[in-house]
Amino acid sequence: MSTVSHLVGTGLVSGVQVVAVVLGGPVLVGTMRKVRCRLEGRVGPPVLQPLIDLRKLFRKQRMRPNQATWIFPLAPVVLVATVAVAIAITPLVTTQPALSSSSDLFVLVYLLIVGSTVLALAGMDAGTAFGGMGSSRAVTIGALAEPAMLVTILALSIGAHSSNLPAIVQGTLAHPGSVATPQRLFALGALVIVIVAESGRLPVDNPATHLELTMIHEAMVLEYSGPDLALVTAGQSMRLALLLGIFVNLVAPWGLSTSTQSVEVVVGLVALAAKVAFVGITLSVFEVFTAKVRLFRLPELLAGAFVLALLGVVSGLVVR
Amino acid sequence: MTAITLVAAGAVTGVVAAVFGAVLPRRLRVTAAAVLVWAACSFEAAAAIHVLAVGRPIVAHSQGLLPVTGADVVLNPLGALFVLLVVMVAVPATMHAIGYSRHGLDTRTAACVLPLFVTTMLLVPAAGSVATFLWLWEIMALTSLLLVLANHVRREAARSAGVWYAVMTHLGASTILVAFLIVAAGADGQSFAALAQHARHLAPGVRALVFMLAVVGFGSKAGVVPFHVWLPKAHPEAPSPVSALMSGSMVALGVYGVILVGDVLLGGGPAWWWLVVLGLGAISALFGALHATSSTDMKRLLAYSTTDNVGLVFLALGASGLFAAAGHPMLGALGLVAGLVLVVNHAAFKGALFLSAGSIQAATGTTDLDQLGGLLRRMPQTGALFMVAAAAICALPPLNGFIGEWLLFQSLLHGAAIGSTAGELAVPLAVAAMALTAGLTVVAFVKAAGIGLLGRPRTKSVEVAVEVPATMRLAVGVLVAACVVLGVFPMLVLPAIERAAKAAQPSVGLTPLVHGVNVQLAGLRGLLAPAELTLALMVAVAGVVTIRRVLARHPAPRVLQAWGSGREIQTARMQYTAMSFAEPVQRVFDDVLRPVQDLDVSHSAESRYFVESAIFHSAVDDAIERGLYRPVIRAVRRWGQAARRLQPGSVHRYLGYGFGALIVVLIAVAVIG
Repeated sequence: MSTVSHLVGTGLVSGVQVVAVVLGGPVLVGTMRKVRCRLEGRVGPPVLQPLIDLRKLFRKQRMRPNQATWIFPLAPVVLVATVAVAIAITPLVTTQPALSSSSDLFVLVYLLIVGSTVLALAGMDAGTAFGGMGSSRAVTIGALAEPAMLVTILALSIGAHSSNLPAIVQGTLAHPGSVATPQRLFALGALVIVIVAESGRLPVDNPATHLELTMIHEAMVLEYSGPDLALVTAGQSMRLALLLGIFVNLVAPWGLSTSTQSVEVVVGLVALAAKVAFVGITLSVFEVFTAKVRLFRLPELLAGAFVLALLGVVSGLVVR
Repeated sequence: MTAITLVAAGAVTGVVAAVFGAVLPRRLRVTAAAVLVWAACSFEAAAAIHVLAVGRPIVAHSQGLLPVTGADVVLNPLGALFVLLVVMVAVPATMHAIGYSRHGLDTRTAACVLPLFVTTMLLVPAAGSVATFLWLWEIMALTSLLLVLANHVRREAARSAGVWYAVMTHLGASTILVAFLIVAAGADGQSFAALAQHARHLAPGVRALVFMLAVVGFGSKAGVVPFHVWLPKAHPEAPSPVSALMSGSMVALGVYGVILVGDVLLGGGPAWWWLVVLGLGAISALFGALHATSSTDMKRLLAYSTTDNVGLVFLALGASGLFAAAGHPMLGALGLVAGLVLVVNHAAFKGALFLSAGSIQAATGTTDLDQLGGLLRRMPQTGALFMVAAAAICALPPLNGFIGEWLLFQSLLHGAAIGSTAGELAVPLAVAAMALTAGLTVVAFVKAAGIGLLGRPRTKSVEVAVEVPATMRLAVGVLVAACVVLGVFPMLVLPAIERAAKAAQPSVGLTPLVHGVNVQLAGLRGLLAPAELTLALMVAVAGVVTIRRVLARHPAPRVLQAWGSGREIQTARMQYTAMSFAEPVQRVFDDVLRPVQDLDVSHSAESRYFVESAIFHSAVDDAIERGLYRPVIRAVRRWGQAARRLQPGSVHRYLGYGFGALIVVLIAVAVIG
């Protein structure tokens, strides 16, 4: 009986996580926009504007380019579904989400890659120049970010002898000092750069641009409109919230519930929202002072992240 | 019926298939040969499954079958795994060949040689002695060479590819021969068991020499850098079912050879051997993936991707040996299992990809990506199968490629702290190489699928392309189904792979996996639940589709022109091409790829400000071919030219040579005697 209740409990908590991120992601994006506008001396749209936009988009008619195949309507669905599964199994508000034994950092990374790969294919489905351009740039950046990402995972996992995210987080909770070790600090530095690249923020990609030659993500999804565009936008904000959620729980897992009890889950939810909001605001303050880097200068940035991650692994092995 | 009868029956059926292929009329020969090959495959598969189930090898000796030495059969679980791998590719490939036959496979030679090629591949892993192994290895090389040359009458490039393949494969065979001879010289007999017995007492230097010669020889068959040059030449020219067989299974036998010599005969070695293997693997993986991203021909892309995948296998084997040498036999076994899983996965998805490339070639007459486009609408089933196989090779969960990468990553992660400095530095670099390779593979296959199958058709012949016959679709479908099953239910196959790994490292005798529904590492913290993950993904997809349907007010989508920046007419030429898609990667890695680019602009006579025409040319050659092989070929050619001066055509001069040689011999005899 206890296994059944455990299963139901973890399932419910995972559901809470998904709903929180689906609704919280757009709010996070709205908050980051607001902060940026205020710092630039503008009023800016309301914090809830991205949610309102989503509602508007869902009510519009779907449009499909005449060359498109089944890839085109499928891609936004796969994008949102893979991110949702990743959110469900990640310890965001509790260390015991559903399928927590499979909550492997490696699995999470590859789940996100599924979404971006299918979206890159969809970009080429309409047979236009923009789509190809966006897809080509997006997969190139993805490829260059991957070594930094996996070596970062390696650096984070060596201490816990496992790439299982709940195990890593529980290790940090048990030994708070491990956050300040050089290996963790280097790895987290690399992780910041990787997260910026993976979620398409400045200085890698400018989410606000619609200038043809500088777009990456926007060029790839140019043909989407209505409910499909809503899914793509929602998927993108969920992805940002998830990546920041993973980051804050690696840096400061405090407040994270270790059970599936409702009080602890609520505390975990509040703690997660506060931490992610703090990191998101910091990121948007940073974005005010940054310009988008030229596409062909990006390898240097990502190579920097890779070197940081490598330092993390090596220092971890030396210090041990 | 005893097990050895099955092996023999398979061999005999294969030879009968070859005879049928040679004598039957053109309409029947490929079909008859294919059906008999399936029978041969069933016999060998039954024998292999028997070996894996019982755990005891099949051993037999026949004095009359080969002159002087006789033939030895020893089919152990490791060999049995490779037999099953060959079967997995050979059955769909020959099925595909029936529909593909008019593209060069229905000649008498090809229909006779194809069954022989399959049969020798089925028998190589069952060879139990040096002579038997080398006989089969050589027949396999010759039959595959004849098949590469199947289209030599129509295509100039096939002849050149044939020469490259012949030279590379025979250089490889000669180093393998030397490696075996060094061990066999002092051994009691020439069976592998006797060799393994003797190899233990050899000096470390000799053992290292044997291992390195074997790595070079088998590496040239497997397509490891720098011996990969024949792959991108031979694969685009060979008929597609032959490419699938060569890339899916023959290349895997190169890996088998390395395991045979490194683990079975020599019983492992010092760490530096395995660091060499790991390094070769990492370089091959990166080099192959980079060239795959910049290839514009689909089959050339797949050929380079083979180098990339074999590189990952070598990386896993190197890591396995490294951990075993550092005193962690369990991690060594895990690495070997990861390597074998990667080989099996590669056979499944690369076979499917080469066969679908063949279907595309049969339907459109080309594999040049810049002439294709829009095929998913015209060949919906072939296109969809290609998409799934491409997703599998990109290691996207929940397909089989992901299981292999996960196991490789886990073995590297747990081996990161083995306590030797070289190993600890090698592991993070290996992870980085594996990651960059995975990322570049995504670029290459998004390009292949996106440019080749999506968008608008770029030529007339592609516009009118229609779906290929059912047998060809079924053949690809079987391999794609294998990709899905191996990905969602890997534990159906992993225990057999584990048993094969155990046969390769008998002294270890460990099982690195916990048996159950999930993939779980024994004694280490690492678990993957692919079936649950798949279920979760399916539920999520269904949920999102439902939400989109519930929220939408207009159920039917409106179909209209794509956005063309205000232009009304849009043509296929406005799309991105394979070359432009790969341009960012090419620019980032131009130190390795060294693209040759040339822009030729001619201005109008009236004003320099008007351009009459502009010709842009860009090509990516193989830097290793240019830097390593071309100079050697040039030197050999110069030497040959110089030697021609010795042959002016004068009889007096030739008589003089003969006389001079006689004098030299007499003097030599006098001095020595």
